[in-house]
Amino acid sequence: MKTALDPRRLLIGASAPVLALLFAVAVTSVVLATAGKDVWLTWQTLLQPQDFRRALVLTINQGTYIFLSALAVAIGFRMNLFNIGVDGQYRMGAFAGAVVGGAVTLPTGIHVVVIILVSMVVSALWAGIAGLLKVTRGVSEVISTIMLNAIATSLIAYMLRRVQVPVAGSNNIGTKPIPGSGRVPGLGLVPGTPAEIYGLVFLAIAAGIAYHVLLNRTRFGFDLRATGRSSTAAVASGVDVKRMVVVAMLISGAAAGLVGMPILLGEAYSYSITFPAGLGFTGIAVALLGRNSPIGMALAALLFGYLNVAANPLQILANVSTEVVAIIQGLILLSVVVAYEVVRRYRIAAEQRRVAREVQEDPVDSDGSGPSPAEVRA
Amino acid sequence: MSAATGITIPTDDQPGRRVRLPRIGPTRVLLILLGVIAVLSVVRVISGANDIDSSGSLNAAVTLAVPIGLAGLGGLWSERAGIVNIGLEGMLILGTWGAGWAGYQWGPWAGVGMAIVMGAIGGLVHAIATVGFGVDHIVSGVAITILAGGTVQYLSDEAFTGVPGGGGTQSPPIGDLPALTIPGVSDQLLTIEKHHWFFVSDLAAALRALTFDLSSLTIIAVLLVVASFFVLWRTSFGLRLRACGESPWAAESLGVNVYRYKALAVVASGALAGLGGGFLAIVASSQYREGQTGGRGYIGLAAMIFGNWRPGGLVVGAGLFGYTDALQLRSGGESVHALLLVMAVLLIGAAVWAWVRARKVQSVVAAVLGVAVLVWYFSTKEIPAQFTQMTPYVATLLVLAAASQRLRMPAADGIPYRKGQGG
Repeated sequence: MKTALDPRRLLIGASAPVLALLFAVAVTSVVLATAGKDVWLTWQTLLQPQDFRRALVLTINQGTYIFLSALAVAIGFRMNLFNIGVDGQYRMGAFAGAVVGGAVTLPTGIHVVVIILVSMVVSALWAGIAGLLKVTRGVSEVISTIMLNAIATSLIAYMLRRVQVPVAGSNNIGTKPIPGSGRVPGLGLVPGTPAEIYGLVFLAIAAGIAYHVLLNRTRFGFDLRATGRSSTAAVASGVDVKRMVVVAMLISGAAAGLVGMPILLGEAYSYSITFPAGLGFTGIAVALLGRNSPIGMALAALLFGYLNVAANPLQILANVSTEVVAIIQGLILLSVVVAYEVVRRYRIAAEQRRVAREVQEDPVDSDGSGPSPAEVRA
Repeated sequence: MSAATGITIPTDDQPGRRVRLPRIGPTRVLLILLGVIAVLSVVRVISGANDIDSSGSLNAAVTLAVPIGLAGLGGLWSERAGIVNIGLEGMLILGTWGAGWAGYQWGPWAGVGMAIVMGAIGGLVHAIATVGFGVDHIVSGVAITILAGGTVQYLSDEAFTGVPGGGGTQSPPIGDLPALTIPGVSDQLLTIEKHHWFFVSDLAAALRALTFDLSSLTIIAVLLVVASFFVLWRTSFGLRLRACGESPWAAESLGVNVYRYKALAVVASGALAGLGGGFLAIVASSQYREGQTGGRGYIGLAAMIFGNWRPGGLVVGAGLFGYTDALQLRSGGESVHALLLVMAVLLIGAAVWAWVRARKVQSVVAAVLGVAVLVWYFSTKEIPAQFTQMTPYVATLLVLAAASQRLRMPAADGIPYRKGQGG
């Protein structure tokens, strides 16, 4: 077996995302050119932010919650479960966390922990519904989580009406603001800009490490991955697949409960109508782009975050709608999944060729190791 | 990663025995329909919520069922050929934009045409990814939905900003398509309906719903369902297409070009979903608006699953979802409240049925739920608006939870196919 550090393998592995990026850039350029836009100016605006330091901070902040969302999705992916419901789950969790956080008075630190735990539990339970429906009633989690997303939207709207307080200085309504003891201060790590990095960036890093350890260094993670590869083989080795499905959905949901936390505890301090939605879908894209690997997902999350940040001045500077970034992201996602598939097949073919060559060069070894084809046929 | 094939959960009841759904003939369909009207009539008389089966509600239900049905029909074409199409939502979104863009400039029929083209383009992308490159179907579908959402946001910002009546997130108004009303009959039926007689008025309302303000696109949609049935189940083309969904390698061994059939099915699927999007923009709201699909592509997929991958079942599913959607729009609080009574009756009926069939656990669960819903019904007067909004989605979940185990999807649905690599 070749190790993961074989340079040839690494090169092939890296080629897929690079090719996908180039393809996305090419197609976007064609789209821009057909619309009569200045293609060069658009890319220049995107790649050279005016205030680089501020852009860096905002990118890390966006990357933080996008990464958490990708983690939540990836836990499902590793077990072949499509948790499309991260979107509804993190909103349910963040809402519950905001309500509890605004209602209780607790010492600094413990307050934060309580809010995060409430959010994780509520998100996990919301995801657990889909898990239960799958194992007891055979409902595909793809459809049920999508429906649960829509239900979450209405449910939050209903409950928000019940607990609302007006947000100062706007028509917005939201939950009661979380007091200072429940907030996580920002970090002025980048000099020369007033923008601060979310304190919870460390939570994201810790979650990434926990994800790696859980999946690759524990019995549970092994069972989970085994079930994802082949549920029949997992059953044969004594894994209770039904239990695994529910547990995996619960963990995925608990991770989803973290997604809203950097924004809630580091910036918004209350859940209002304008609380960001749709992060769950960005998470799906980033998990696919990063191939469920913590490092890959972190890079992909930063890339998506950067694109969002860099797009802001596009309308003014290049007369291009900022929404063009959504096209770029969509194209990256679509071309990267195609590229990974092509590379995967290329690898298999290359492996087959290699084996065939080695067998040809060393026929004695292959004869000695087993019956010849003629014997098998007879 | 092949999620559609990944984890199979063995069904709980009667392992090893495949439950076949009974084939239902036209007479029984008619009887069932009359039975449904009777139940609704009883609930209407008890609750006094006249809108639960007024001709207005039922007409709205038909209108709302069409896009769901078209998306579901798209799903049927694609999944019968073995390609799971979760990108239907994206193709629906592309259709709404196409209808808005062409519709406001060159009239509604141009909008219809463009909606189909846009949807078909979405289908083509899905076909290239899944059939051409063998990408996992759900991954590709999700990617297409995300891409479609971004694309139309960009396109509408560029195309509609500054146009009179339009804006960054909506198109200028689109003209109306011709609609059919049968003058004399429709008025007569309305008179009968207004009397609120038991059953008779309800029947009149149901008939009237089909005789006034029926969009030409609705009629086309119904014809498309019938045509799909004939093409897929009564022609050799359809047999080959379905063979690609049941056992592509067997089809391949008989000389069928599986790639071509699958690709064709997915493009047709996209075109149908695109038409559904066009219907949403042109008929249901007279303009393109961002986010107007509201997940109907997914509901369409659910309707098709509920319909056991058959056109008839799909129509019933789309009708059911269209109906719950319509109720929440028309005096939602009161109507959906009355729907609770229907649900309680059904649940208690199911409890009795399960008891007779000696399934004690199911029976108790259904009975407890039924009584809970009944208590809910009698302890409240109305349902808050936000709850009525979630009715279609909750209905989807409940219906799938009740029906999923009795369904049989095409055997090779969701399995990536490569030529010459059959087992």
